[in-house]
Amino acid sequence: MKHVLAALLSLILAVTVRATAQGPPTPPPAGQAPPVQGGRGAGGQAGRGFPAQQKPLADPAVIARGKTLYEISCRSCHGADLRGGDMAGPNLLRSQIALNDNDGESIGEIVRTGRGEMAPFDLPLDSVKAIAAYIRSILATARGQGSPPAGPRVELNVLVGDATAGQAYFAANCSSCHSPTGDLNGLAQRYADPMALQNAWVSGGGGGGRGGRGGGGAAPAGAPSRREVRVTVTLASGEKVEGRLGRIDDFIVTLTQADGTSRSFRRDGDLPRIDIRDPLDAHKKLLLVYTDTDMHNVTAFLATLK
Amino acid sequence: MMIKQLTLAASALGLSTVLLSGQAQVLVDPASLLKPLGESWPTYSGDYTGRRFSALKQVNKTTVKNLSLAWIVRLTAGAGAAGGGGGGRGGGGGGSDVIMGGVGTEIAGAGPANVKGAILMVNDVLYVSSPDNVWALDARDGRELWHYVWRTRGGTHIGNRGVAIWNNYLFFETPDDYLVSLDAKTGKERWHVEIADFDEQYFSTPAPIIVGNHVLVGTGNDLDMPGFLQSFDPETGKLQWKFYTVPMNPGDPGLETWPSLDAARHGGGQVWVPGVYDPETKLYIFGTGNPTPGYTGVARKGDNLFTCSLVAVNVDTGKMAWYFQTSAHDTHDWDSAQTPILIDGTINGKPRKLVSTASRNGYFYTVDRVSGEHVVTSKFGTASNWANGLRPTGVVEPNPGKEATIPGSLVSPVEGGVTNWPPAAYSPDTGLFYVHERNGFNIVYLTDPDPRGSMGLGGKTTSGVGAAPSYLTAIDYKTGKAAWRHQFPGVTGGGGSGGILATAGGVLFTGDAGGNFVSFDANTGKPLWHARIGGISNAPETYLLDGLQYVLVAVGDALYAFRLN
Repeated sequence: MKHVLAALLSLILAVTVRATAQGPPTPPPAGQAPPVQGGRGAGGQAGRGFPAQQKPLADPAVIARGKTLYEISCRSCHGADLRGGDMAGPNLLRSQIALNDNDGESIGEIVRTGRGEMAPFDLPLDSVKAIAAYIRSILATARGQGSPPAGPRVELNVLVGDATAGQAYFAANCSSCHSPTGDLNGLAQRYADPMALQNAWVSGGGGGGRGGRGGGGAAPAGAPSRREVRVTVTLASGEKVEGRLGRIDDFIVTLTQADGTSRSFRRDGDLPRIDIRDPLDAHKKLLLVYTDTDMHNVTAFLATLK
Repeated sequence: MMIKQLTLAASALGLSTVLLSGQAQVLVDPASLLKPLGESWPTYSGDYTGRRFSALKQVNKTTVKNLSLAWIVRLTAGAGAAGGGGGGRGGGGGGSDVIMGGVGTEIAGAGPANVKGAILMVNDVLYVSSPDNVWALDARDGRELWHYVWRTRGGTHIGNRGVAIWNNYLFFETPDDYLVSLDAKTGKERWHVEIADFDEQYFSTPAPIIVGNHVLVGTGNDLDMPGFLQSFDPETGKLQWKFYTVPMNPGDPGLETWPSLDAARHGGGQVWVPGVYDPETKLYIFGTGNPTPGYTGVARKGDNLFTCSLVAVNVDTGKMAWYFQTSAHDTHDWDSAQTPILIDGTINGKPRKLVSTASRNGYFYTVDRVSGEHVVTSKFGTASNWANGLRPTGVVEPNPGKEATIPGSLVSPVEGGVTNWPPAAYSPDTGLFYVHERNGFNIVYLTDPDPRGSMGLGGKTTSGVGAAPSYLTAIDYKTGKAAWRHQFPGVTGGGGSGGILATAGGVLFTGDAGGNFVSFDANTGKPLWHARIGGISNAPETYLLDGLQYVLVAVGDALYAFRLN
């Protein structure tokens, strides 16, 4: 799900983003998506994926009993979330022994005989099996790409920047295009989540047009959006054809004219002449310039625009 | 024709004629793999050097403009695909029976195949793969000769990088961690052996590499498990040796770069892309994957050897001869697993035996392949912003400030890296190393600040925030400097697709960012020919058949063969 969301976001922002590791980024040219190559998450192939852990679960009553026994005997060393504890018990969610256990045969042996610094526990077989069943039930909730099970929600504070410094940075670098009382008025209301706010302003994807989501769609229907990439093609005859850029590569440029019709032109080296106006050009160039502190400060400032 | 040549070559070299005389119809004598890339394509990179440089020159700077379609075939994965509608869609019939194998119960990914690996061309036959599937096709028209399907028990079905051939036998890896050997002529299974622990969430994508009587096999894992390379006996499937890429026992080299043995043993460094082989030193040289947990380095402080490294291992003993770390203490999932390239070059006027690699983290390295001595480090990912300069050793010093943070860290490249598994190429004619350079930014947020670190690739969320210009880049291996960059036009960013092929005809083949399959001038980067067939999903290859040079490439389920008609 996370991957799908990330993939959607990357399409919306039309940038090279991947939530996967083994595939190369394959940004689709506007208008047509080449075959997707990525997807290291379970089931990168077409169709459904496979769960990371497939061992059959025990009866819920056995798992519940195992949880209780785990809390009593194991938690202090291996942690409430099984990811290891203060007393040096290893992370059971990436333990080769736990991962290979089917019915307590591997876990049970260690429980009853001890291992390294771990003392043996004198537990009856059914208790050992119940603990193993509980551990397997948690393993089954692990997420893709080796991620642990979702833990309790942790509040993470993205707003660590200095809003005053951010305001100064904004005045120096952003105010030629944007105004806190104009296009960005009430921005923080449109992005209640500071992380979403930061992603939106850094990418420039927060306004109307194709890149926009939710924000400032005030442009009347039919009018060029502020976010549209415009292109002018100057033909050998001197005729200029202007419109919204569809796509461009070394061999073709396509555009949509004001009347909604589409045109395409063959490219051969520098001919015909192509002039592209990308309203996000400044945003893209600034990516090479921002420090993380600049970014956090501006986010803190923009979060005040309520 | 080819068999005769091989026999003659083998006899002339005094190689194992016993084997040949016993099997007159041998398809690929392993000794023949020592030859430079010519008319066939018998191993992952074409030959052992990883150069992907073909001696064929029928298609060249002058003639490439006349390149046109010879055939298309579309491959359907899974059973039930037999018959003309299956392997032969659009390709002239097909119609072979599906040969079933496997230890599981499921047929994964039935439907259009996704070809993301090497296609072998041996004795007029193409051997193609996708996860759980292998096909033999007629190299003249793509007609299906046989189709093997492996029933799986699961695992991550992301891709398969191809098959290997040894004498008359094929070898491939499955997502559920088996090495399977087939009879190359019939597709019938000879044996399968388990190569990694499925319950520990290993999954296997690489193409095996044959060196002599070794089948070199890597595998993959996302769950904090140790990486390893194994060697199997091609006749029996018996394990010959197993080399771990991270310290596994007290006293192992590299342990000092981990906070504990437990961290090292869960440290990753997967070997999920094939490497290259230097017959003079008997060293198999390959890249290793990222350390784990991937994004939360807090519980694995140190350089984390031998993850994100070039590693050279003796093929007969499985012992490491040298290493060079291309990304110390990586915290961005930037594997250094890319196939390196062997270059016989000149440095400061002296002939040197070198190996070069362009890493996912945006840095290019040239190293002495005999000793591992550092020669060149350079930044080729022009937007890469995660480093704090170079150490005296040539290793790039990571900037801890660019690790995932709660308020977000603006990082280039994105997770997929400046480059990735799709292989680079090198032309000895131009002295240039060709690689796709994809530049982009994402904000990386730490979502799991637990001091124990997260697991796998967990504990973070990333948001792509913009592209920087992306290129096909030609790097001088001697200096690491770009001789030229061809920028892919367009404002959406993103880079070219697929791997790269270089030829003695002075041309390159690869995919651009717009769904075109393009031939570029290897000296200048000027586009010479193109066909818009979609995003390239493997690396282009070339072979000679009936006196015609074919250029073969995959776009998902479709194989396209071009030639001068």
